[in-house]
Amino acid sequence: MQRRRRSRKRVIPGFGVGLGVTVAMVSIIVLIPLISIVISTLHLTFAEFITTIAKPRVLHAFWVSISCSLCAAVVNLILGVLLAWVLVRYQFPFRRLMDGLLELPFALPTAIAGIALTSLTVNTGWVGSLFARAGISVAYTRLGITIALIFVGIPFVARTVQPVLEKLDPTYEEAADLMGAGRGLIFRRIILPELRPAALTGFGLAFARGLGEYGSVVFIAGNQPYKTEIAPLLIYSQLQEYDYGEATAIALVMLIIAFVLLFLMNHIQVRASRRTSG
Amino acid sequence: MKKKFQKKLGIFALCALCIALLGGALAGCGSGGDSTGGGTGGGTGGDSETLTLTNVSYDPTRELYEGYNQLFADYWLEETGKTVTVTQSHGGSGSQALSVANGLEADVVTLALEADVQAVADAGLIEDGWISEFPNDSAPYTSTIVFVVRAGNPQNILDWGDLARDGVGVITPNPKTSGGARWNFLAAWAWAEEEYNNDEAQILDYITKLFKNVLVLDSGARGSTNTFAENGQGDVLLAWENEAYLLMKEHPGEYEVVTPSISILCQPSVAIVDEVADRRGTQELAKAYLDYLYSDDAQRLEAEAFYRPSNEAILAEYGDVFDLNMNLITIDHFGGWAQAQETYFTDGAVFDQIYEG
Amino acid sequence: MKKSGPGKYILIAVCVIFVALFLVLPLVFVLVQAFKDGILPYLANIGDYYSLKALGLTLKTMVICLVVNTIIGIIAAWTVTRYQFALKKVLTTFLDIPLSVSPIIAGLLYILTFGRSSVLYPFLSSHNINIVYAVPGIVLVTIFVTLPYISREVIPVLEAKGTDEEEAAALMGAGALTIFRKVTFPHIKWSLLYGAVLCAARAMGEFGAVSIISGHLRGVTNTLPLHIEILYNEFKYAPAFAVSSLLVFLAIVLLIIRNVAELQGKKREKEV
Repeated sequence: MQRRRRSRKRVIPGFGVGLGVTVAMVSIIVLIPLISIVISTLHLTFAEFITTIAKPRVLHAFWVSISCSLCAAVVNLILGVLLAWVLVRYQFPFRRLMDGLLELPFALPTAIAGIALTSLTVNTGWVGSLFARAGISVAYTRLGITIALIFVGIPFVARTVQPVLEKLDPTYEEAADLMGAGRGLIFRRIILPELRPAALTGFGLAFARGLGEYGSVVFIAGNQPYKTEIAPLLIYSQLQEYDYGEATAIALVMLIIAFVLLFLMNHIQVRASRRTSG
Repeated sequence: MKKKFQKKLGIFALCALCIALLGGALAGCGSGGDSTGGGTGGGTGGDSETLTLTNVSYDPTRELYEGYNQLFADYWLEETGKTVTVTQSHGGSGSQALSVANGLEADVVTLALEADVQAVADAGLIEDGWISEFPNDSAPYTSTIVFVVRAGNPQNILDWGDLARDGVGVITPNPKTSGGARWNFLAAWAWAEEEYNNDEAQILDYITKLFKNVLVLDSGARGSTNTFAENGQGDVLLAWENEAYLLMKEHPGEYEVVTPSISILCQPSVAIVDEVADRRGTQELAKAYLDYLYSDDAQRLEAEAFYRPSNEAILAEYGDVFDLNMNLITIDHFGGWAQAQETYFTDGAVFDQIYEG
Repeated sequence: MKKSGPGKYILIAVCVIFVALFLVLPLVFVLVQAFKDGILPYLANIGDYYSLKALGLTLKTMVICLVVNTIIGIIAAWTVTRYQFALKKVLTTFLDIPLSVSPIIAGLLYILTFGRSSVLYPFLSSHNINIVYAVPGIVLVTIFVTLPYISREVIPVLEAKGTDEEEAAALMGAGALTIFRKVTFPHIKWSLLYGAVLCAARAMGEFGAVSIISGHLRGVTNTLPLHIEILYNEFKYAPAFAVSSLLVFLAIVLLIIRNVAELQGKKREKEV
């Protein structure tokens, strides 16, 4: 195996060039800026770093960010799998239109999404007034933040699950069906295991995106410390107080979370590809 | 071995090419779009007829400087025969100061408070003593803090004490991020000092209640105004006087301005960013630009934009617009900005304690 | 599945309601607000000097970002899938980092790297190079934010295809460029286009990162999303939504291109 890999490397020309360009560009665009943030946090001693991070207000902001994006990612996971399923398996009018709309959250600038969602969900808005009658306010609460994050994360799960579903061989399902398995059982036993890696990857991406999202959330969150203040906003406000140390410390923690998430997703993907190829 | 060497050479050649490509792309767009930056050096060239100046300001001055830049351009054309275009930048005062300190090429800064200009000075960009470079503590116009309530004042909000009542929804920006909000906070504090005879516990109790009533804490003054006006949140907005009257003008009949018994004299400061102005050779132009803010024409323009002109005579002309009988305390009451910042707004200071409690 | 009872319709209904509420409604809202005063004020709002300047900057940023990222994306995808080498996983992780980094942090990263407090600053300023608070900075953060989009679309396609054809071509003596042009490119054409559309869409709409690094200089470093925020903050709601609708239309055009790309790609797959 090892030898075969070695020989492959030589077969297709252009390795040096390709690697060189990739590494150079990745270093310029990603690595150097990342190093600079680590250097900036080095100004803090470890103890200072810990006290900065452990401040109640900071912890709260992390909690708001994590809980809201987790909720949003779970909603996206369920609805994303559902959307992918409906789009792949059923034929109905406007299916193509619905399919095409899924990328909208990528294409619509987050600031516009934020302004539009806020205007819609305030107590006097088109949607908010319905909720207000039930005594629920959406905008300026964590519910509002979660809704903004759901919007932002819609494409991730649906788009990663869709291709897997398309390639899924229906013969197993049919066989199970013939043998009298109920639909719930078929889904749980046959379809779900196939979808799990893709769905989890999408979930992770949606979660990561939600954690870092700023543009759409800042309009709809009330930005109150201990209530609706999210971590990215806290970084932003620390910057405005010239508090670089604190801002970079919070940023570094968020970066580490992002790294861990990416690592986990890569891990899931590698395991999944091993399963399918093995 | 040789092959390996060749490969390495290839890698390096391509890296270089790559960097050149990226650099080229950036330089290309840089030269195209960078007309205010160092690229032009517009101020120096005696033969170039169009001069450029960059004014980095805070949120509510948009309308003011839109008018003033035109006024100044006309004046300068008449004086020197040269055309000036002023590029504006607006945002939260604190973040604007930070941008300048980080390298935003501003010839002049016109920010919400002394502390923000001082932050730019602390970064080494403005020479010491800037506060006395222009008259009236380098504040060509002043303002104060007032309340905006919905038409008819349904909650009957008349003074600071009413803001801490149960069921009153207050909208103010976050003092941590907004210059205007810091003035709001200090004005409320000043009223409470008077009301409770400097009893620290009672003042703190009042301020805590006040901030418990705050519904949305936007990061900047304009964000708050939009939350209050466009999205209909809250019963009362704590706002700059100029912002309040502008809002009344934009939405006639929908709101009322309430002037509290005590408020604070806000002095938005202006300064030349010496490092940038010297490098670009715009020192003279920048000085003229800020000096002209004190001219009679400009002072009237400021009054029209609902800023209180520093020229007493012109302020008196607008006695029907501004409530000149308000009891305005100054920042010196709090021992100056550095002291106030330390006592109330730094991490773990009074403002943080309110929310921790 | 052959038999599909009422379950099918319930599922479809749930999806339709979700999409209508979360995607269509905000879209409709923006358009309704934009055209509230009629078509003429709408055109006047769009034709405003600063709006056009901002549109120009946004398009310029988008194009540069697209070109740079397409080149990087292709080369990276090729390298990662066509060769085996040490630390490959590290490289792909770094490629994906921008996906999970908050745009705010992205902006902060570049300020720390090229701003006045950076070690590079004396060098940059002595050579009169402005990066932060100037157009190059905006372009750079946008490239950062959109870096993974193309390689993420292309890598799975190349991985699924395997390297046999390329190896055969190489054994017959073809150079890297020829192999790429003749063998690889036809396979990745449509996924590349799809990635490019995503990249363009994100580049066009990026707000957080750009807002930190732009400096908000009117007519100079204001991109369209920033300009919209400014208009909104100036109580000019109708113009704000009018300019937003421009971006919405651009987004719709991109979505149409994406759909065409997907359809063509699927057709190809079937032919193969």
